[in-house]
Amino acid sequence: MTNFVWTVLPYLCLAVFVAGHVWRWRHDQFGWTTHTSQVLENRLLRLGSPLFHLGVLGVAGGHLMGLLVPASVTEKIGISEHAYHLTAVWGGTVTGLMLVTGLVLLIIRRVINGRVRRVTTRMDKVLYAALAAMAALGMIATVGVNLLGGGYDYRETVAVWFRGIFWFQPDPALMSGAPLVYQLHAIGGFLFLALWPFTRLVHVWSAPLAYLWRPYVVYRVRRGPAPSPTASPDQVRDAARQ
Amino acid sequence: MRIRAQVAMVMNLDKCIGCHTCSVTCKQTWTNRDGTEYVWFNNVETKPGIGYPKHYEDQDRWHGGWQLDEKGRLKLRSGGRVKRLSRLFVNPDLPSIDDYYEPATFDKDILVNAPAGLKDTPVQQPRSALTGEPMALTWGANWEDSLGGAHEHATGDPNLARMPADAAARVKFEFEKTFLFHLPRICEHCLNPACVSACPSGAMYKREEDGIVLVDQDHCRGWRMCVSACPYKKVYVNHSTGKAEKCTLCFPRIEAGQPTICSETCVGRLRYLGIVFYDEEAVLAAASVTDEHDLLEAQRAVFLDPTDPAVQEAARAAGMPQEWLDAAERSPVWRLISEYKVALPLHPEYRTLPMVWYVPPLSPVLDAVGDAGRDDTDADDIFHTIRELRIPVEYLAELFTAGDVEATAGVLMKLAAMRSYMRARTLDGTVADDLLDGIGMTADQVEAMYRLLAIAKYDERYVIPAAYSKDAAALEAQATANQDCALDCEGGPGMTTQASAESFHLVEGDQVRPGRPGLFSRRADGRRGFTINPLRGGS
Repeated sequence: MTNFVWTVLPYLCLAVFVAGHVWRWRHDQFGWTTHTSQVLENRLLRLGSPLFHLGVLGVAGGHLMGLLVPASVTEKIGISEHAYHLTAVWGGTVTGLMLVTGLVLLIIRRVINGRVRRVTTRMDKVLYAALAAMAALGMIATVGVNLLGGGYDYRETVAVWFRGIFWFQPDPALMSGAPLVYQLHAIGGFLFLALWPFTRLVHVWSAPLAYLWRPYVVYRVRRGPAPSPTASPDQVRDAARQ
Repeated sequence: MRIRAQVAMVMNLDKCIGCHTCSVTCKQTWTNRDGTEYVWFNNVETKPGIGYPKHYEDQDRWHGGWQLDEKGRLKLRSGGRVKRLSRLFVNPDLPSIDDYYEPATFDKDILVNAPAGLKDTPVQQPRSALTGEPMALTWGANWEDSLGGAHEHATGDPNLARMPADAAARVKFEFEKTFLFHLPRICEHCLNPACVSACPSGAMYKREEDGIVLVDQDHCRGWRMCVSACPYKKVYVNHSTGKAEKCTLCFPRIEAGQPTICSETCVGRLRYLGIVFYDEEAVLAAASVTDEHDLLEAQRAVFLDPTDPAVQEAARAAGMPQEWLDAAERSPVWRLISEYKVALPLHPEYRTLPMVWYVPPLSPVLDAVGDAGRDDTDADDIFHTIRELRIPVEYLAELFTAGDVEATAGVLMKLAAMRSYMRARTLDGTVADDLLDGIGMTADQVEAMYRLLAIAKYDERYVIPAAYSKDAAALEAQATANQDCALDCEGGPGMTTQASAESFHLVEGDQVRPGRPGLFSRRADGRRGFTINPLRGGS
């Protein structure tokens, strides 16, 4: 069981993540969109969406830093354990709170506004539930364990196990000793990745950074062969007379 | 010089009776789908009025179009590239659906299934197409038709706000007595499109062959910047698919040499379609001229004279077939815009170089002449009225010449002179040379202009060459490879494809079956694969 959860499951999820994206990209360009509903409702979105998205960017950055950068590296470049901890906990708490506030506003918006509720798909509901669960577990880990509780040094266990996945040497023992909330957050994270390609989250990969340097007006040549000209009404009329 | 052809339109507003046939046939053709209930690629507004969506001309509020920055460089009014990306999460300039209107539908079963012998007439209640809930109808795309509710709303017309205060006050003072005309609007297919320039994904583009501006539905990611950047508000969000949609200038018809559906069905026969040659390299400079009053002349200067041998040579060198050169010479649009100079662009001050132009309506002026107790058949009286009765002219100037009253008055005088000239010619058999001198046109020109504006037939109003393929050599190779069928081979230009809602991307060889698509389907590039969602429409 330990092996399955901490070794097989991550690889399964990553495989679905990659294959799912390839499949979606090749088959569903038309569905690859943010699915904006701003025209339907703007008051809650105006507050919720920037809070959520900026929070997500901060949280994602925090995860990259915490999981991918080994503790030995931060120490070597002169960041003390205490300084790291303060940055991680307070950065995580602030961006996490932004994310949670934004997410709550967006979920409220989906529920109370009939127009937005009508365009909410089943997959959107699954996605919102998954996001809420991940945010809740993450906030418990950051605020509950590290800010208010005794703290837990995930950099020695969770992060090492996570990096091991990419060297094809994940050590399940590192995870089996971690607190339950970290275990759940890690499993949930991988399941979330597996869900990703089938939701509207794919719009993340279309962040339009190329807009910064492309020319303003885009010209394209018409694709495909020219259609055959059709007869004008007077030609039809004249043909009928003959 | 980089020569391009543009399919452009001119509308003669004097002939518009506001029947909305163009809007209805357009809607039946393009926007009778989920998510586009509120979308009118073509709409007809009553002016003065606030328009559709509400107050769309108020760019202080919507920040649509272009403006010059302090250094005189052209930039999008809503800000530069970095600012735009910073607003991806929420676009502060986006109109809400309430700025258009809440679309409604009716449960007709209530009428159909009403039992016999009812004392009261059964009534169907409007229901919101967005929520399904009962609703009250409070606004629509042509709510202000023929100045309906003008005493309440039309004072909010952004064009009145820009007019000189005393003239605007007089318009507001006697609303129903002043003037009224209809303004049909489609996408302008601009030479310098703000929507294309604002699209972060690069999904919007202008076609090189005919200048039609389109949204690539496969690459639109729903960032909704085009909607707010378009100063005419002619790009819409389909709230069902989450993608932008806009007027396509009926490109499948144009490619086949047919007029757009709005033109085809226009009862007043007021629309003209034709191609105009222009110099793509001159566009930016023309859109950047400092004085707004110079924009009209600057845009006219971007167009190339199709009778000029040098231009014809350049067109041939650019790969255009002779048919296109001939069509450009016969183009009614070119004649109205550049030869007779009676067509004007809508709001040139947005600096997008729009390509749907308008012959301004003389009727409000003629009404004013009559009201002033003058003779509306006498050119002199009309000239004086145009000068003295400032209201209609100053209002039209806000619409068509960025407030340049002289330019608008000049066009109106041409139209009035043509009217009087033809009157003298037909009723008295005399040639009014003094009128010709006044407007600097020859008798032949005035009579040709009269013919084009008043009685032109179908093939004079619509001069549309069928689409050509730039890669003619490839076509020939295809023809020799399939000797049996020449151009009618699979995928060949003689092959016409049937498209329908069931097959968004139809590839040759696909069969269109209504109902549920199969497990496997064919993608746009011809490869076969799983259907993304067999329960919904095609992949």
